[in-house]
Amino acid sequence: MKKYYLGIDLGSTTSKAVIVNETDEIVGRGITNTRANYKVAADIAREQAIYDARFNLIEKKMKESIADMPEFKTYMKDLRSVFQYCQFRRRMDSLADMLIKTASESTHPEKDTIVERLRAIIAVIRPQMRHEFIHEGLGSKNQFFRDIVSEKYNSEVGKMEPKFYEPLMLAFDKSITPIENEMVEYNFKDLVLEAMDILEEKYKGLADMQEDGSKEDWYYSEMNAMKNQYKKIGHTLHSHIEEIADEEIYIAKMVGTGYGRALLPFPEDCIKSEILCHAFGAHAVFPNTRTVLDIGGQDTKAIQVDKYGLVTSFHMNDRCAAGCGRYLGYIADEFGLSLNELGPEANKAKKETTICSTCTVFAGAEIKELLHNGEQKPDILAGLHKSIVQRAMSLIARSGGVKNEFTFTGGVARNEAVLKYVKQMVIDSYGEVTMNIHTDSIFMGALGGAMFARRNISADLPQGTMVRETGGEVS
Amino acid sequence: MAPQDVIKERSMILQKEMIEGLFNDLEKAHETGKKVCYTFVPGNLSELIRTFDMLPVYPEINALQSAMRKKSAAYIKEAERHAHSEDVCTYVKCDVGMLMKGNIGPTGQKLPPPDILLLSYTGCFTFMKWFETLKREYPNAEVVMIHTPYQEGGKMTPEMINYMVKQMHEEVIPKMERVSGVKYDENKLKKILEFSKEAEDWITKIFETPKHKPSPIDAYFAGVYYIGPINIGFRGTPEAVEYYKELYSEIQERIRLGLGPVTPEGEMKEEKFRLVVEGPPNWTSFREFWKIFYDMGAVIVASSYTKVGGVYDLGWRHDPEKPLQSLAEYCMNCYTNLNIPQRIDLLTKCIEEYQADGYVTNSIKSCNSFSAGQLAMMREIEDKLEIPVGFIESDLVDPRYFSYSNIKNRLESYFQMLSQRKMMEAEEAH
Repeated sequence: MKKYYLGIDLGSTTSKAVIVNETDEIVGRGITNTRANYKVAADIAREQAIYDARFNLIEKKMKESIADMPEFKTYMKDLRSVFQYCQFRRRMDSLADMLIKTASESTHPEKDTIVERLRAIIAVIRPQMRHEFIHEGLGSKNQFFRDIVSEKYNSEVGKMEPKFYEPLMLAFDKSITPIENEMVEYNFKDLVLEAMDILEEKYKGLADMQEDGSKEDWYYSEMNAMKNQYKKIGHTLHSHIEEIADEEIYIAKMVGTGYGRALLPFPEDCIKSEILCHAFGAHAVFPNTRTVLDIGGQDTKAIQVDKYGLVTSFHMNDRCAAGCGRYLGYIADEFGLSLNELGPEANKAKKETTICSTCTVFAGAEIKELLHNGEQKPDILAGLHKSIVQRAMSLIARSGGVKNEFTFTGGVARNEAVLKYVKQMVIDSYGEVTMNIHTDSIFMGALGGAMFARRNISADLPQGTMVRETGGEVS
Repeated sequence: MAPQDVIKERSMILQKEMIEGLFNDLEKAHETGKKVCYTFVPGNLSELIRTFDMLPVYPEINALQSAMRKKSAAYIKEAERHAHSEDVCTYVKCDVGMLMKGNIGPTGQKLPPPDILLLSYTGCFTFMKWFETLKREYPNAEVVMIHTPYQEGGKMTPEMINYMVKQMHEEVIPKMERVSGVKYDENKLKKILEFSKEAEDWITKIFETPKHKPSPIDAYFAGVYYIGPINIGFRGTPEAVEYYKELYSEIQERIRLGLGPVTPEGEMKEEKFRLVVEGPPNWTSFREFWKIFYDMGAVIVASSYTKVGGVYDLGWRHDPEKPLQSLAEYCMNCYTNLNIPQRIDLLTKCIEEYQADGYVTNSIKSCNSFSAGQLAMMREIEDKLEIPVGFIESDLVDPRYFSYSNIKNRLESYFQMLSQRKMMEAEEAH
């Protein structure tokens, strides 16, 4: 039986899981938002990684077909998105029931009307979600159930009478957490087949020709190819799905890391510090890395590693989380932007407004003053991003400076303005060094964990331990 | 009860009796007519204080003891209510707050006001401002300051010694005579210094025992108890000599039995890591702080903090034949008065001789004098010895500045880093 190794990075904002094989090759990755129940978050991330592993295995088996016919690639991409939709739909069903239940049990004098409004909202957002997953690739946008649903829900609430705003928002707040913390059981094969049926509908209904020029030419040419090919692809896929779905993804060993690692239901010797895991993961992807900067949700770490990927020293922020992901989240809220919009908005700046307060709380007050004084939003944001990086640079300096090569990891590495300032300041302070920023930088901790699981955890898990995608238990 | 437990207790009982005795004497100072001298641990002139039959009070010891008894938060709050800034040394605020709240010492007994404020300046500028504050509260107290030249050049010169001896003759001794009403008696000082020398021999032997594997003691967390008598006025007494002799024989017994250090939860089972620590401990969460180490099997085999009251490892001793000169040398030779290269050399020596696996700095938020240069020292030691270094931040006596989860996270990472390295080294050795 093939052995796989699992690393789970339970961060303060997101939980990540990576599965590697016996040669450290990543076979699956999963990510979810970290919720009130850490165990569920870890289970969901792990389950997502196992699904991803199965999809990757299917794609591997179809390697030749995919290489010969690009439409196979499009089909697989669509299939993953719709597969995700099928999971979301189940969760949405539970949320809908919970919303109605919460509202019905409230003491609000107009609770019947509120229930009626809720039904109306659900009736609108459900097809919206479906459409975006099936036709607009929502599944590839790295958004979590809570984000997607709350955005749509809030938008619909905004259209209702103002007097219902509070009770409707309250019903959502009360209902979303228990639903999110519920472990839903899925069967991979059933879900893939269901997704394939949905895709059949999509491809059947494709237009033969480009309609109004609103889409790129390639979209229609590929889609038109799909229209004629999907049955053939589906047929080829079926046999692979049968095989892969029945293959046991046997997790021989696992390591938990990250902010919430102590809460993971793992044996003590399967828990590793995220500092070591991030460094090890980053070093695995970029073997010449000697300095790693990791900016996560709650902390920033400057880590020095040796040629083996072992940490020689590190520094991290003390108590104050200014400059970390949460700080950016707070800033985004202050400006009424989504986290993804922050970086691009900051990059529109003509200058960088000086920000004194890196303190999360005081920054809010300072922003308001600056706006009041006529400073432009992008300039303030640029200043904020710059100050975040300045703090990180101070930690790097304390840890021993930047040594060639430098790797930037963690969720904040996705922010393009932070990235810009990191590049600029590293060069200014340490000269031209090789800088590595991987698109999967957020998974480095989980990757390091999985690699540690393969190497270092000598204690085998109890007899018969394996991870099943149904039930979510480490049994 | 096992025989070693009985022996173990004897040194603790002795220390307890000595400290209780001192606080009882302080409480009765007014009745007995004893004069009281407030002074500080680094570069303390306790033998001179004893020569004039005065009783010592160490404000920073009171502060740390208040912290261990969970009283410091209220004292700090009180000092802040009296406009002492959040950034001020928390030892100062704890002491000032205690004074504001009636000057009830850590044992619950009232402390007498000072008759003299004796400051031996050994690297901490805050000490001067602290006594300026106390002088305002105790206008009748005499202030005497002895200026200790910093060992910037890395050695004590005859000029520096003469400069200090001159201050003692012209400033310190006349004021102490005036306050105490006792004439300076050099022969008396010489006799006291003989006991000092003996106690110093014993404490050096005690702090050398962690060279054994496993180390029979923790030279930081338990070490702070061991330095108690020698630092708080008992240096120069036969009681201190007896205490250290007793402690040494208990430790010898532990070595004979192959035992590791005693922790608050009993004997430490396995010595996994041997560490050297720089910087004072955190006193408010002392037990929790210690627990993080012993839970991971980490033993501190040497620390700089246990040398703040005197560096004896390098062979220096009080010399009864040169009483005032040796007091001068003692002040200049204390850890906080050493320059950075000297401190690096001392720590390097400890790491090498005690075969430490790593080196950890506990940087104190509110202590500028101890923290200055710590990062540079750490970098240099790391580069020179190629050993893994760890850095944590806490505070002396302000519970608001101790973040348990942050410190635990860093230390856990550090210990995992050490075991990773050990594993790698073991693989390479094969």
